[in-house]
This record gives sequence, C-alpha cells and structure tokens, in this order.
Amino acid sequence: MEALTRIAHVSARVAAELTPAELKANSAAQMAGLAYGLAAIGPGIGIGMIFGKAIEAMARQPESAGMVRTTMFLGVAFTEALALIGFVAFILLKFA
Amino acid sequence: MFSTQLAIQVVEKLVPAAGEGRGFSFPPINTILRWKDVVPGINKVVIIAILSALIGTVLFLVASMKDARKAPKGARNLAEIIVEFIEKNIIMETMGKSGMGWTPFLLTMFVFIYLCNLPGIIPFIQMPATARMGIPAFMALLVWVVFNATGIKHQGLFGYFKNVLFPPGVPKALYILVTPIELISTLVVRPFSLAVRLFANMLAGHLLLVIFALLSQSLIQAETMRVFLIPIGVLPFGLLIFLTAFEILVAFLQAYIFTVLTAVYIGGATHPEH
Repeated sequence: MEALTRIAHVSARVAAELTPAELKANSAAQMAGLAYGLAAIGPGIGIGMIFGKAIEAMARQPESAGMVRTTMFLGVAFTEALALIGFVAFILLKFA
Repeated sequence: MFSTQLAIQVVEKLVPAAGEGRGFSFPPINTILRWKDVVPGINKVVIIAILSALIGTVLFLVASMKDARKAPKGARNLAEIIVEFIEKNIIMETMGKSGMGWTPFLLTMFVFIYLCNLPGIIPFIQMPATARMGIPAFMALLVWVVFNATGIKHQGLFGYFKNVLFPPGVPKALYILVTPIELISTLVVRPFSLAVRLFANMLAGHLLLVIFALLSQSLIQAETMRVFLIPIGVLPFGLLIFLTAFEILVAFLQAYIFTVLTAVYIGGATHPEH
C-alpha cells in the first residue's frame, strides 16, 4: 500500500511539473502505443493462421513442403505489412 | 519491506524524474538514426551501404576467378550456395524454369539487402543501412520499374494494362469494383509495401536493440540500490542477446521476402493468368 502511494506521488509530481507541450507529447505517446496495439491484433491472428495451415499442409504432404514454405512466406509478408504500417504510424505519432 | 522499496526504486528509475536529471529516458529518435556527415553527403549509413555493395561484388568476383573444375571451397563454395539458394528456393518456386535469366538481378538484390541488414547486429557498427527509408524506397522503385517494364515488354502496353486492370475470369459487372482495387494495389501499394516492409522491420529491430541496451545499461550502472538493480539488469541484457540472435533471422528473412516478392511480381508480369 505504501509503495502504491509512493508510486502515485511520483507520477503526480511528474504530471504537475510537465509543460503543456510535454503533456501533449505524453498523450501522443500513449495514443501511439494504442495505435500499434490495435494494428497488431489482426496480423497477429492472421500470421498464426497462416503458419498453422502451412504446418498442416506440410505434415499432410511433406513432398510439397518447399512450395508451401514459399507461399507461406508470401502470405506472412502481405499480412505483416499491416502491422508494420501500424508501427510506422506509431513512429510518426511518437516522434514526428 | 525490501520488495516494496525495490519497486519504488525501479519505478523512480523508469519514470523520468522531472527536475532531478536522472532516471531512464529514451533519447530522441534523431540521436539514434541520424548520423553526422563524415565527409559532406557521406555518413555512416552511406558508408555501410557502399561497403556492403563492395563486399558482395568482391565475394562474387573472387569466386568467379577460382578454378571451376575443382571441387568448390572457400569463397566459391559460399557463392555457389547463395546462387543455388536463389535458383532453387526463389526462382523455381515462383517463376519456374523460364525465370532463370533473372538470377543475376535477384542475386544482386538479395546479397545487397542482406549485407545492408546485417550491420544491425555487428558490435560497434550496429546500424542496419535499411533502417533509413532511402535504400528500401529506391530498391522498391527499381522493382516497380522492372516489373512494369517486363510486363509491357512481354504483353505489350495494351495487353499488360488490360491484364492488370481487367483480370480475366471476373464477371463483367464486378469490374467496377475490381479495376480500381487492382489499379491501386498493383501500381501504388506494391512498391509502397515493399519499401515499408523492409524499412519498418529493420527499424523496429534496431529500436528494440536500442531500448534493451539502454535499459540494461541504466540498471547495471545504477547509482543507488546496486545490490538489487544489478541482478535485475541481467534480465534485459539476456533478452538483448536473444534479440540480437533474432535479428540475424530477421535480416535474412527480410532479404529473402523482398527477393521472393520481386520474383513473384516479375513472374506475374511475364506470364499473365489466363
């Protein structure tokens, strides 16, 4: 309990001593985190499904593993692009 | 009692203590990514890019001068492994046998991007040249020009754009929907996503390494509560080593994906779907 109050005091002191510009930067940073988190949900599920299905296909037909792997990486690349655009949005919000 | 004091200590270390001038704070991004010019117009990133182009060229020149009749070893062995990898795992899987003529282009692209990515994990250099937008953007533009030119060369200007904008086998009424999507996805999104994928992957890896290096440094070099903070600092340091190993994989994977996508785009432009 004592620790929690100390932590609250520390953050209150930090918030009180910030200038408006710094406060704005802080909220932009929080929004940036939120934006990247939201952008990562869909691609996360998608990449999981792609890898799962590719493993299924490889286990079913090991002789087609090479083709499946190439196609799998293609799918991963396209899906991942969404998360990466989210990451770029994060960078822009946080630093630009 | 110790644990609560420890928590406070860690929080005070992590929350930038305003006015006190100590604690952990992330440096502005320019100090991580923007390098001073050594010679006007030439900074660290440019040097890395030039060096990786040189290293790749020298490797393959040396390999080509070795006797081809003997069993390959050394530089020639390495070069043959890379060429074989490009031919078997990239061209055969995406373009088929007719795409073998593209080996030099894809090989150059793969080796250059891989060697540009790799300095991100080499100690004391630790800056992937592809973590700045310049090189990925230029490579993506090059790929864009190459695959469009190939399509126009093989199918004619009219035939190529007809196949891109009006893909065969789609019901006539759907063209209202399909044509704008195809136009944007082929001519705008393809080069954009190629460039952003490479750039953002390398930048994310670089930032991760920076964050964990700074975290372990500020915990290990703590001024107070050293007995507790130094053992905690071992954790981000371990993760730093793990992430460095992971970045080797990412560097290879991004070069591979860039090359495979180039091959797919060129293959699609050469042989339209019927």
